[in-house]
Amino acid sequence: MATTVLLIEDEPNIKEAVSFILERDGCTVHSLADGATALAAVARHTPDVVILDIMLPGQSGLEVLRRLRADPATAGLPVLMLTAKGQARDRAEAEALGVDRFMTKPFSNREVLAAVRELAGP
Amino acid sequence: MATTRGQLTGSRIRARRQEAGLRQGALAREVGISPSYLNLIEHNRRRIGGQLLGKIAAALGTDRASLAEGAEAALIGALQVAAARDAGTPAPDLDRLEEFAGRFPGWAGLIARQQDRIGAHEETIAALSDRLAHDPFLADTMHEALNTASAIRATASILARTPDLEPARRGRFHTNLFQDAQRLAETMAALVTWLNRAGDARAAGATPTDALAEFVAAHDNHFPTIEAGGDPAALVAGDPHLPDNAARALALAWLRRVAEDARALPLDRFVARGRVTGFDPAALAADFGAPLDAVLRRLGGLPAGPHWPAFGLAICDGSGTLLLRKPLPAFPLPRYGAACPLWPLFQALLRPGMPVAATIDMPEGARLVAHALCTLAAPADFGGPQRAEAVMCVRRVDAAADDGPQPVVPAGTSCRVCPRPACPARREPALI
Repeated sequence: MATTVLLIEDEPNIKEAVSFILERDGCTVHSLADGATALAAVARHTPDVVILDIMLPGQSGLEVLRRLRADPATAGLPVLMLTAKGQARDRAEAEALGVDRFMTKPFSNREVLAAVRELAGP
Repeated sequence: MATTRGQLTGSRIRARRQEAGLRQGALAREVGISPSYLNLIEHNRRRIGGQLLGKIAAALGTDRASLAEGAEAALIGALQVAAARDAGTPAPDLDRLEEFAGRFPGWAGLIARQQDRIGAHEETIAALSDRLAHDPFLADTMHEALNTASAIRATASILARTPDLEPARRGRFHTNLFQDAQRLAETMAALVTWLNRAGDARAAGATPTDALAEFVAAHDNHFPTIEAGGDPAALVAGDPHLPDNAARALALAWLRRVAEDARALPLDRFVARGRVTGFDPAALAADFGAPLDAVLRRLGGLPAGPHWPAFGLAICDGSGTLLLRKPLPAFPLPRYGAACPLWPLFQALLRPGMPVAATIDMPEGARLVAHALCTLAAPADFGGPQRAEAVMCVRRVDAAADDGPQPVVPAGTSCRVCPRPACPARREPALI
């Protein structure tokens, strides 16, 4: 069955490029550009993997992650954080909240693809 | 006492001894040295410091600092700071510091100047680090640049590694690539402009507050042209101590306050009444019907004169940050790091509107009388923040004087160079 990915990223050209490489790999990609509607989108699409930026309009990626982890239904959902905020304290905060992978921009397409495959599992 | 600034310690000891009517032999016996050795000291042929200087000061009814004040004390103070900030081994021999300064004044001066430059560089680095960490423009710009670079890299990778990309999609990615490249170019141009501006500010070598302190020091906080009704803007324009608009704005604001205080407290009458009242701030405020904080600022701006003491001045905001510094030789104000929290200046912040008077005993033996007051500026609008500002003026008094205001506060300059190990207000260990 195809892996379903929810991509939450407000930079349109990054969203387009990442969507392309994932779809080309066989994933089903749903994307949105703000954090405020992220939880509703997770409930609607039931993704296998969430790719999350930190700097998002409406609600930060870290807050989205915190709320995902606080809900038993989504506490175990694999989350890949993909961000330009690569400072140690951002990484530490994301790890404390239970992020599965933390990648800083600029990223390589291959690394993103490999991370999604790994997080989606066999 | 017939001493002059820059005179060596031995000469001061001799003058003070003669003034006290003591014979050389008597003083030597009292402090436990031979008359010939004291003779060598008094003729500056032997350096003196440490316990012996303390004994001689006590025997002469004075304090160590008054025997080693002026340029020599400033040099020794600078060397103490240099020693405090050095963690290398072997540690400098502090017991022989005064001997070193006396025997090798040129080398000692070089160390002091280098310490000052190192301090200035460290402050610049700290300011730049702070700017890099917290400047919102820089943070936003770097975030934008990284995002755009990510988009370019991801898109270019697809174009390079997907030979069978359908033409419509290829065209779209080319367009995205072009847009992102253009955006990145604009972002980087804005960043270079910002860095150039930051570089200009850095070249000035100081924060605006530091520049104001240098400006005040260059004039000894006394501005005859302002006293005469001159234009503050004319005095500020082109002053070499004020490298940028921010520094000039601070200086202009200060000079306008000086002008306002000068109108309320005309110099000739202020000095005349000061001599009558012993320069008592409360009496002067009552005499002139002027606010006490204006009197304190005015005392801190008196020109040097033979008939009144030199006054130091410090002004801070509600956070305790020093906004204006006019130090005295016996009361240095820290340029790097925070000041001693026991100063009446900071005690005044705790009780706005309540004048605070105290006697300060400095670790080196100098005694000062301090008067301070915190005032609150009314907010510009309902619900606006209330701003506090405290002002303190200090003057040196004889170390034996016991008629100064209470309490007597054992204070210092800042924790890093203060030798009081059991101070209840200590923030961090001393380095000396």
